[in-house]
Amino acid sequence: MILDLEKFLAQERPHWEALEALLNRLDSGDRLHLDDARRMHALYERASADLARLATFAAEPESRRYLEALVARAYAEIHETRGSGRRFRFWHWFLVVFPQTFRRHARAFGVSLGISLVGTLFGIFATLVDPDSRHVTMPFGHAEITPTQRVRQEEKSREKAAVHSQHASFSGQLMTHNTQVSIGTLAFGMTWGIGTVILLFYNGVVLGAIGTDYITDGQGGFLAAWLLPHGSIELPAIFIAGQAGLVLAHTLFGRRSNLPLGRRLRAVAPDLVTLIGGVALLLVYAGIIESFLSQYHEPVVPYSAKIAFGLVELAGLVLFLTFAGRSTESNDPGTDSTAP
Amino acid sequence: MTHLRIRTPEGVEFALPIAGPVSRALAYLVDFVLVMAFNILLSIVLSYASIVARDLSEALLQVGFFVLPIAYGVGCEWLLRGQTLGKRVFNLRVIDAEGLKLRPAQIILRNLLRAVDFLPLFYLVGGITTLLNRKGQRLGDLAAGTVVVRIQRFATPDLEPILGSRFNSLRAHPHLAARLRQRIHAAEAAIALQALTRRDELDPAARLTLFRDLADGFRATVPYPPEISESLTDEQYIRNVVDILYRPKNSS
Repeated sequence: MILDLEKFLAQERPHWEALEALLNRLDSGDRLHLDDARRMHALYERASADLARLATFAAEPESRRYLEALVARAYAEIHETRGSGRRFRFWHWFLVVFPQTFRRHARAFGVSLGISLVGTLFGIFATLVDPDSRHVTMPFGHAEITPTQRVRQEEKSREKAAVHSQHASFSGQLMTHNTQVSIGTLAFGMTWGIGTVILLFYNGVVLGAIGTDYITDGQGGFLAAWLLPHGSIELPAIFIAGQAGLVLAHTLFGRRSNLPLGRRLRAVAPDLVTLIGGVALLLVYAGIIESFLSQYHEPVVPYSAKIAFGLVELAGLVLFLTFAGRSTESNDPGTDSTAP
Repeated sequence: MTHLRIRTPEGVEFALPIAGPVSRALAYLVDFVLVMAFNILLSIVLSYASIVARDLSEALLQVGFFVLPIAYGVGCEWLLRGQTLGKRVFNLRVIDAEGLKLRPAQIILRNLLRAVDFLPLFYLVGGITTLLNRKGQRLGDLAAGTVVVRIQRFATPDLEPILGSRFNSLRAHPHLAARLRQRIHAAEAAIALQALTRRDELDPAARLTLFRDLADGFRATVPYPPEISESLTDEQYIRNVVDILYRPKNSS
């Protein structure tokens, strides 16, 4: 039997329009009072019932599609249970949520660090066994001159360093490049972690090769003073990006989880965004330090002061990631509501 | 066309049409042009600023070129509830894969993962993934739990312009009208209504053929006296049948 469509539409249309008006209010950023919210729920249930009736009794596609779109919009508003969408508080996010998220996935950070260390060992081994490999393993023209020559060049360019006129642009270049690499490290988690592992390993190889090259040439002190001020933040930031990529990969594999892939990914998305957001901030800081401090050498800045500064930074970062936000950790309701 | 089907706890199922790769590519093209325009604008503004602060201008330009495409995608999709300007032009929207509200983390993640979708160039990885995926999701969508759907805009349906209030000679035989309502299946009625709704979109020849076939079918299911049946054109016959099926209590 066919429904009396016209009567049905005439009877129900005002209710659909009322629901649509409430949804439009929400779309425009209005907050609903309790009475309006209750009314919206009632109208949603009515529209759902109408949709069911329309689907059962009459195959009238236009009305059905209209109602489907309306019910879909209302469903999203009514059934959303993830977080309250409360206002984003930057300092709370950075000082509490970020370290908490880091600790929640500490094992992935360990793996990220481990892969980088294996790469570093490989870089050391390759440089010691086959010094020619430096042409492959060292970027940025490091292989073209010996470390001692490089140190002489850097220390002679005292004037250049003292009146360096491109701090800001160099800093911007470093920030964007490093952040791009970090986003890539996270994004390659979607290759079941293969891309992330390769990037972390390669990063370790480069570090190991350069370190070995400078140390065997007797320039270990210069290297430490050059890398530590920014590297003590930059390298952990890259490891954290690797951590995020590995968390993503682990979620794809879904070991020890009965949830379907979509649900697993949705659950972990806020943590990934928090980690990569934290990485971006650390890299902004590292970029500034690299441009404004790391490029100055003796006699402008004593190496011991630079090394000490770098070690203090590293200690500060370790303490921050280990202890920040611990007091509220057990009370935190979950990951969803805390993401930016 | 593929649909994203969602079943609510109330037991109601609704379907949203998933956006195809071509419309998504076109929307992206619009966004790409806009981002390029913003980049050019930024370059012009900073070229003036570089007169007084060259180093800072260059730094801002470097950072701006990197941040703008990401900020544009994230900002638009957040402020326009799942739409960039390109998506708005092509009536597309990013939604949560379970039909729930889109969360900021989802928007950020799907935009960051363009880095891998873009590889090796021109979204090849992302494009292939959308073709292999039932919900048309690129890798960023998969990770963020989002789907891009096509928005359908509907007005509440109105039968008056289609059926009008003209005299319906089929109503002169109430017992046959009742038999029509009894024997014609809902799906057949819907086809007839759709034919009337879309009649102006058809070629004249196709329109004649369609209404002739439909009218023959209905005439065979419930035969009316020849003086009534043959006095009406096929299209008018269908209009009268639909009037009886959808407006059984209409007195006209």
